[in-house]
Amino acid sequence: MKKFALTMSATVLSATMILAGCGSSNPSNTASNAGGNSAKSGGKTLIFGRGGDTVTLDPANATDGETFRVTDNIYETLVADKPGTFDVKPGLATDWSASKNGLKWTFHLRKNVKFQDGTPFNADAVVFNFNRWMDPQNPYHKGDFEYFTNMFGGFKGNPKAVIKDVKKLDDYTVEIDLAHPSAPFLADLTMAAFSIASPADVKKYNGDIKDHPIGTGPFKFVSWKPNDSITLEKNPSYWDTGKPKLDKIVFQVIKDNKARLNALQAGQIDIMDGLNPADVPTVKNDSNLQLFTRPSNNVGYLAFNTQKKPFNDPRVRQAINMVVDKKALIDAFYNGMAVPAVSVLPPSMWGNDTSLQDYQVNIQKAKQLLAEAGYPNGFKTDLWAMPVARPYMPQPEKIAAALQADMKKIGIDAKIVTYDWATYLKKTANGEHTMALLGWTGDNGDPDDFLYVLLDQDNANPPAQNIAFYKNPEVHKLLVQAQQETDQNKRADLYKKAEQIILKDAPWVPLVHSTPPMAASKKVTGFVPSPVGSDILTNVDIK
Amino acid sequence: MLSYTLRRIGQLIPVLFGMSIVVFAIIHAIPGDPAQVILGEKATSESIHNLRQQLGLDQPLYLQYIHYIGQLFHGDLGTSLVTQRPINQEIVPYLAATAELTLFSMVFAIVIGVNAGILSAWKRNTWFDYAAMIIALVGVSMPIFWLGLLEQWLFSLQLHWLPVLGRTNPRDPVTSITNLYLLDTLLSGNLQQFWSVVRHLILPGVALGTIPMAIIARMTRASMLEVFKHDYIRTARAKGLGEFWVVYKHALKNSFAPVLTVIGLQLGSLLGGAILTETIFGWPGVGRYMFDAIGNRDYPVIQSGILVLATIFIVVNLIVDLLYAYLDPRIQYK
Repeated sequence: MKKFALTMSATVLSATMILAGCGSSNPSNTASNAGGNSAKSGGKTLIFGRGGDTVTLDPANATDGETFRVTDNIYETLVADKPGTFDVKPGLATDWSASKNGLKWTFHLRKNVKFQDGTPFNADAVVFNFNRWMDPQNPYHKGDFEYFTNMFGGFKGNPKAVIKDVKKLDDYTVEIDLAHPSAPFLADLTMAAFSIASPADVKKYNGDIKDHPIGTGPFKFVSWKPNDSITLEKNPSYWDTGKPKLDKIVFQVIKDNKARLNALQAGQIDIMDGLNPADVPTVKNDSNLQLFTRPSNNVGYLAFNTQKKPFNDPRVRQAINMVVDKKALIDAFYNGMAVPAVSVLPPSMWGNDTSLQDYQVNIQKAKQLLAEAGYPNGFKTDLWAMPVARPYMPQPEKIAAALQADMKKIGIDAKIVTYDWATYLKKTANGEHTMALLGWTGDNGDPDDFLYVLLDQDNANPPAQNIAFYKNPEVHKLLVQAQQETDQNKRADLYKKAEQIILKDAPWVPLVHSTPPMAASKKVTGFVPSPVGSDILTNVDIK
Repeated sequence: MLSYTLRRIGQLIPVLFGMSIVVFAIIHAIPGDPAQVILGEKATSESIHNLRQQLGLDQPLYLQYIHYIGQLFHGDLGTSLVTQRPINQEIVPYLAATAELTLFSMVFAIVIGVNAGILSAWKRNTWFDYAAMIIALVGVSMPIFWLGLLEQWLFSLQLHWLPVLGRTNPRDPVTSITNLYLLDTLLSGNLQQFWSVVRHLILPGVALGTIPMAIIARMTRASMLEVFKHDYIRTARAKGLGEFWVVYKHALKNSFAPVLTVIGLQLGSLLGGAILTETIFGWPGVGRYMFDAIGNRDYPVIQSGILVLATIFIVVNLIVDLLYAYLDPRIQYK
């Protein structure tokens, strides 16, 4: 028995060495965990299961949804989206107006709002944040501020920059001067990347607030265990009295979709994102669960490389459009949680031309078009499929196989090719593909964020986001005109014209706009899924 | 013994150094650009370029390696490309989580495995022996992921006896002191939390420990049977010593050296099995940490993680060797 005890103590000893070897340093985020206990007693805690961790808690330096999902509950923006839609409503600004030429925007700020560190929210704070984002000389301008440059043309000094100046008119009024009119300007300001952070906090951490977020939002940051969980707790001095209803939120990372559903069924989490469409029936059959769907704000597509033979011929592209059975794809791979795509724009978005007539499945006509283009017996080509599931493409390789079978009907022999995700993105951006599957999720509810980004000639130079390398001067003219037009009805008309031309030119087979499913315990009330994927949980309660 | 120990420790340095070169070379041969993975499908080429520059990925490989080794000599494992946090700090909770899981499963494997092996040898050719060896055979051939999913389905989703995943109940978070939650909850005197941590450990611990348990049981049985043949056992019995003492005192000591080797090797291989178990059971351990790092092409984390794991592996083997020498003094070290 002595030897047995010896083995045991050896095992324990080696474990101690493992830990000793790593030093006794306590990570900062674990140290702050002690605060987690204070909210423990008798509070309402919501556990939100998700597939990935947050990258940073500084939204101005983020581009990923898992970051915004958390920061949207800590910070607020000047203007916000109405829950579940892209309609702009007041946020930290109660009302606003634009000058006639669209160059001067005046925002009246909400009074009696405090940051979570107790400092007041006012015009100075807004000016401070804009200067931090837009001015590369600003001492707190640390990071890429990628969404700022994407949305507003560039930093101060860049000839394309949209924002010229941000001024304080009085303590609760701010004026933003634009260099040229920008139609999506207001919609852009709803984006999480333009959340207003506490200037005192930014100064305290010298511009690096990725671990120290302080905003005006309904919840305040407690702790972050990387790749495991982020805990927020109720902001007791939130300006909207009586809210939020929850005392605590824990964003729990559970990588695997199926494991996450298991955790939900076992009651270990209360709500989950990233439900496999195939698991929708399981949720429907479980009397303890409820199903949610996100409003469609994405497009999954098959892009042709229009600069490469034989896809430089529109007849070939049209022919392939005539063999793809979108309904069958939706039934097989999306469990019905998607609508067939005709245009680039999701159906709920303004500017969508609902009168567009999609190509009908017609094998004979497709064969005829191919013959006219000089390929009576079809041809051999590659079909690129991405290696990872995305909300707009839950099973990319199986979808590719279905498309392959469809194309076989007209003699096109497509070999399925795939790479790891990073390589895939790089190679498609460089135009190495012939046909490739990809998709896009919108950021701000503006058609410009789909049409200009994905199909304008400005974005068709490698590394391109327009991976069809589609260049049509007429479409370009319409899209640029629409960017500078401030009347939404006139803009919608311009977009509709562009959509008609695009449909005819067929640089893509637009496949689907998916409505990604989510599941929650029946105890969760007041949850409204956001189309951008970052749900603000102010009104959520748990029974 | 002392000089042997020192020599063995001295040997670690060239091994680790050689391994750092091999790991560095292999990792950088994996296709895929970390900057692209970090920034995702919406990244512009300009921001990818900037990030590469910022992360030092635009420098020649040998410079990157020299820089990395320089950091290591200062006890710095580097900074994660994705989280921008020092790996020294970041890896501790993950290692602790894995240590707790592997120790738990090892205790399970040793306690059940050794005793099942002893009893099987003792009661050779009885129903117990047959049953135990059939269970061991099934256990050794059952894939971890399959056993894990089966356990989850039965004990969590159907019977609701045990939690389906995670290390602790997020509604009642454990206050970290050592990051070993069993210890932490005992230190803070919270027995309810301690019990919750134990309940979270059972399913992954059993899934991970089943294969080593089966191997240890078979090894112990074989080794004991071998020892039973010796004269001194017959002498012990002839002296009128009780069967229990014959088995547990005389036979066990001499049959334990090969079992110990197996235990040491299994402890090493548990680190590999931990990746699967941690994935299935949402266990925030070092296996999953590394797995994610590989997906993200987070070079520094992969490099340093492998180095840390290799060091642990080597240290465990060293301890096993030293114990071996203690158990069987006939072994000579030169």
